[in-house]
Amino acid sequence: MLKVNNIDVFYGNIHALKDVSLEVNEGEIVTLIGANGAGKSTLLKTLSGLLKPKKGEVLYQSQQIGGKAAQTIVKNGISHVPEGRRVFSTMSVEENLELGAYLRHDRDGVKKDMANVYDLFPILGERRKQPSGTLSGGEQQMLAMGRALMAKPKLLLLDEPSMGLAPLIVKRIFEIIKMVNEQGTTVLLVEQNANMALSIANRAYVIETGKIVLSGTAKELQESEQVKAAYLGGL
Amino acid sequence: MEWIQQLVNGISLGSIYALIALGYTMVYGIIKLINFAHGDVFMLGAFIGFYAIARWDIGFFPALIISMVLCAIIGVIIERVAYKRLRNATRIAALITAIGVSLLIEYTVIFFRGASPEAYPEVLPKTYIDIFGVSISSISILILAVTVVLMILLQFIVHKTKIGKAMRAVSLDPDAARLMGINVDNTISATFAIGSALAGAAGVIFGVYYTRIEPLMGVLPGLKAFIAAVFGGIGSIPGAMVGGLSLGVVETVVSALGFSLWRDAAAFVILILILILKPSGIFGKNTREKV
Ligand SMILES: Nc1ncnc2c1ncn2[C@@H]1O[C@H](COP(=O)(O)OP(=O)(O)O)[C@@H](O)[C@H]1O
Ligand SMILES: [Mg+2]
Repeated sequence: MLKVNNIDVFYGNIHALKDVSLEVNEGEIVTLIGANGAGKSTLLKTLSGLLKPKKGEVLYQSQQIGGKAAQTIVKNGISHVPEGRRVFSTMSVEENLELGAYLRHDRDGVKKDMANVYDLFPILGERRKQPSGTLSGGEQQMLAMGRALMAKPKLLLLDEPSMGLAPLIVKRIFEIIKMVNEQGTTVLLVEQNANMALSIANRAYVIETGKIVLSGTAKELQESEQVKAAYLGGL
Repeated sequence: MEWIQQLVNGISLGSIYALIALGYTMVYGIIKLINFAHGDVFMLGAFIGFYAIARWDIGFFPALIISMVLCAIIGVIIERVAYKRLRNATRIAALITAIGVSLLIEYTVIFFRGASPEAYPEVLPKTYIDIFGVSISSISILILAVTVVLMILLQFIVHKTKIGKAMRAVSLDPDAARLMGINVDNTISATFAIGSALAGAAGVIFGVYYTRIEPLMGVLPGLKAFIAAVFGGIGSIPGAMVGGLSLGVVETVVSALGFSLWRDAAAFVILILILILKPSGIFGKNTREKV
């Protein structure tokens, strides 16, 4: 479904991604784990069109999307839930969800999907008229995910959904990721919380200072000494 | 009774400030640029209205609409030509460019038609209406009505339409807006179009009300509308409305009290006071800006 071939991404002259290749197959949950500053967010931003790769290609359903405008990519079915949620804080929960469906014109479908999001996250339904900035961190994460789902994505990019959340809420968020995946959405999940991520993923990649250093099935990585030492220690 | 008359004058003047201030505040809200050429769009609006009425012999409302449409287009051209490429430049570069655009517009107009003032034709019947023993000119009432309608329309656009929601989203977080599929460039252009159309309307209203227009007429009202926007809280639409109306009333009261020489100073005193007491303005967010 998604195939990244040897991309290089720069911020000015900072070389943030070096010759990165990765693949996500339809129906999978693939996780990308790595420490802070490794380049995880940079990769997702490149996939969703916020950054342009200097070299290499990004193939989505066999089409080159690397360097395309973000709106084109959303239209093609990739939604990105950014790090730190980035909800539109002074706008209501409902307005945030409407913006998620910005490119859609099927009013009835949008209505139905909004009802589905409220089913998935009942708390959002209760708070639909509330400014999203007044929600708790966990609720904002749910809203950011719901907002992305409103675009009816085929591929969902999640950037550290567990960041800053209490363990119980993280557990709930991960259950929902699994559920969304079971309903047919392919997921690329970026995490520092390797334990949780590997527990729901099919396959995984490990990124260090802009390079993919390891890849395999989630099970293989859970058992890898290298991963245990660097990412699973203490947890 | 004299006071009610003054209040009406103040509100009429304030309506003009408010309409201009809205453009300042909307543009600032979305690209954090103080568009110093905005007062000149107001001037262009006044001249477009003037030529439409005087040369083509059309009525007030068609002239108002023509002026709004042309100003919207001019606003978009200014944004696309001068500001777009400076989105990632330093603020000072953008500010200097805005001042440059302002001078360019002013002196282009002077180049083509000279600096002499023009007397606005009387398009509206000058009648007086008696309300509670105060005679109020029908023009004041019409101006107020037009302003109120435009503001309601603006609120509707910003809060209920797709483009309005996109405008708010882009002003809150442009990258997150991109991830929704919003075309940020078009949204910014739409903001300039709407703000400039309101300035164009203000120009025609100014011409009809004060009957005298000239190529540098945008400078002082532009500056004052900017102060009104800061007073209301720059970036805040209700703030611009309240700020504009308050400033108009304050100026009129200062004149009425016999300090007419101090009229223009009043705005700047207000600016200094806000900057000292509440830099975020009355409706402003108290949060510090993101870097
Ligand atoms: N906007 C930026 N400008 C310059 N450097 C950046 C920017 N964003 C990220 N970087 C750098 O790129 C590298 C990768 O960052 P990022 O992708 O955010 O890492 P991660 O998401 O894995 O924590 C880091 O070294 C970071 O300092
Ligand atoms: Mg990150």
